[in-house]
Amino acid sequence: MSSVVEAQRASAVDAQASPDRVAVRLRNVRKTFGSGDQKVVALRGVDWDVFNGQMTLLIGPSGCGKTTLLSVIAGILDADRGSQVCVLGRDVAAMSGSQKTRFRRDSIGFVFQQYNLLPALTAAENAAIPLIVKGWPRPKAIARASEVLGLIGMAQKVNKLPSELSGGQQQRVAIARALVHEPRLIVCDEPTAALDHETGHQVMVLFRTVAVRPDRAVLIVTHDNRVFHFGDRVARMDDGHIVEVRTQKATIEEPPDVLA
Amino acid sequence: MSWIALKMLTGDRAKFFGIVLGLTFAAMLITQQGSIFCGLMRRTAGQIFDITGADLWVMDPNVRYVDDVKPMIETSLYRTRGVEGVLWAVPLYKGIGRVKLTVPKQVPVDPDQPAGPKRTVREPVIEQVILLGLDDASLVGAPPPERILAGRLVDLRRPDAILVDFTRLPKLFPYEDWKSLPKPPSLGQVLGDKIGRMLGLVHGPTPEQAHREAMGRFYERFLNRELEMNDHRAFIVGVCEATRTFQSNAVVYTTYSRAKRFVPQERKPLTYVLAKAEPGVAAEVVAARIASQTGLRARTSEQFIWDTIWYFMRYTGIPVNFGITTILGFLVGTAIAGQTFYNFTLENLKQFGALKAMGMSNLRIVAMILLQAAVTGLLGYGLGVGLATLFGQTSKGSELAFYTPWQLLPIAGAAIVLICLLASVLSVRRVVVLEPAIVFRG
Ligand SMILES: Nc1ncnc2c1ncn2[C@@H]1O[C@H](COP(=O)(O)OP(=O)(O)OP(=O)(O)O)[C@@H](O)[C@H]1O
Ligand SMILES: [Mg+2]
Repeated sequence: MSSVVEAQRASAVDAQASPDRVAVRLRNVRKTFGSGDQKVVALRGVDWDVFNGQMTLLIGPSGCGKTTLLSVIAGILDADRGSQVCVLGRDVAAMSGSQKTRFRRDSIGFVFQQYNLLPALTAAENAAIPLIVKGWPRPKAIARASEVLGLIGMAQKVNKLPSELSGGQQQRVAIARALVHEPRLIVCDEPTAALDHETGHQVMVLFRTVAVRPDRAVLIVTHDNRVFHFGDRVARMDDGHIVEVRTQKATIEEPPDVLA
Repeated sequence: MSWIALKMLTGDRAKFFGIVLGLTFAAMLITQQGSIFCGLMRRTAGQIFDITGADLWVMDPNVRYVDDVKPMIETSLYRTRGVEGVLWAVPLYKGIGRVKLTVPKQVPVDPDQPAGPKRTVREPVIEQVILLGLDDASLVGAPPPERILAGRLVDLRRPDAILVDFTRLPKLFPYEDWKSLPKPPSLGQVLGDKIGRMLGLVHGPTPEQAHREAMGRFYERFLNRELEMNDHRAFIVGVCEATRTFQSNAVVYTTYSRAKRFVPQERKPLTYVLAKAEPGVAAEVVAARIASQTGLRARTSEQFIWDTIWYFMRYTGIPVNFGITTILGFLVGTAIAGQTFYNFTLENLKQFGALKAMGMSNLRIVAMILLQAAVTGLLGYGLGVGLATLFGQTSKGSELAFYTPWQLLPIAGAAIVLICLLASVLSVRRVVVLEPAIVFRG
């Protein structure tokens, strides 16, 4: 499972990039939690571009603000005033609460570290949630979710409850859930942190082969250095800033039969 | 969306049952205590319910409730009969009688040798009863035939005849073989019989009918027994079942003229005039007419029942006591069900957070929580009312007063709705203010 990595330094922003290439454009993004003595500045003016057709990794020491930044991009956390958050061509900072809710529903896929599957629902039902939220009828949504699960080697597990699945299998259900409504941006926070090395590797292979598409950006927060080589672009964060961005050519020698 | 809410709800069986149980408990306690309360209150007016033929009660103007006996002169009867719209009017005597008799008892000849030879002594028994004197000709106010366990009502016209209520017979005849009194059928037997009948497997008398017949055979032994009623000779011609009164004194029926003989010292023997309104004339109208023309108090049965119930409500602590138990049931139910429901939401907060992150609107999440509350509420209500009814069924025929007026059901329902609303409002608040960003926190 060795990969050939040729890393190159790159700038965090690319003002020249054509608008349809840029999935996320952040300028001077700040986020402060609390006030007075309790005040924590998590983001200190982030300037950063995330591109379509790529898998972008966001790395950095614990507490540097990765999750906060991801939440701002995904529209589940409001940045401070004055921040420019442009996602998929839309000004997220200017959206109302319900506009953000609709935006997330239609355009964003989520993968969480703790999977966050609903324990009472089967794999297919869990994977179908984004479609249900969009208003699809239940049988149609579950049929579509089962297809996606089949695509990532989970055809046998569609009717299993999360408690009957291994951690890797649960994360695959979560990936199916993030893909099922074909969002234009997929955000993942530490998707491999709860998995052993082998399973984490397979999950990343899955992402590369199924999730990355020319019209979609995949953004993954991780501190697992064993998966760094999967990214097309790796941004390093420290103390509320993006401090370094590298591009690299990641080739996976592993054939995608791990999906089976 | 709703199926997700329901699956979430039932996914954790233990919690789900916990919530339903709390609500069941509250609904049951409210219905059950309420029914006992209504049963007791109804019992206060038991004797009015018992008299079915008449629809008007005429009495002394100062009478406040049915046991508030204030005798009238006998001309009141004729004056009532003279009022327009009165089809018929008959006298009713109601008073306290003292039954006295001597019963044989076997005692050892030598008190030091309990197992030795026995001799018979006659032991006196004195018991206070409610004496009802019914119109000699019509016997209006007598128990209906299905309530006469042994003997015949018409025999009441024989000299010195009385009809006794079975409830106090063990006090009058303490050395009778009461152990052989037939037991009422169990709820299981009754239900089993009903099901068997539905399937066409069981025919013939129902367990209740069989029990009634066995009771009749048992009570036949008391027919023709002699006793003293206020020092006058009387003998039993029938055993009947009177509606239990509040004081649960036995009721003894006789004719009006004989009642007058039993209690000669009373100058005014007439307690009530029972009357019937002519067909097509409202009883209320006739009652008002009697009152204005005779100066007596005239009430329809319905009005008199409520007069009596309100009297007991006002002058006894019963409503307060039952109110407290019922409120306690409500509070305990709220505490259990509300707590479990709220905890349930708290534990699912992360799931709700994930749903919110994935673009589910607050409105739909609120709808999910309300649906969960509604389902548990409905289940708890159904089970609680069902259990209370079952309890009422099993206590049928016992001393317990249990009566569920239909009004009690919406009251219990409203209480459950209130509990569910309280619980879900707290939960809804938590979920609505929930930052979906928590889904990224470990
Ligand atoms: N809701 C919050 N309230 C107060 N402070 C917060 C909150 N969320 C994050 N922080 C603070 O903001 C800073 C950045 O947190 P964040 O979770 O983004 O870091 P991270 O890079 O994701 O760390 P890790 O790798 O441990 O997940 C930290 O100092 C954290 O304590
Ligand atoms: Mg983090």
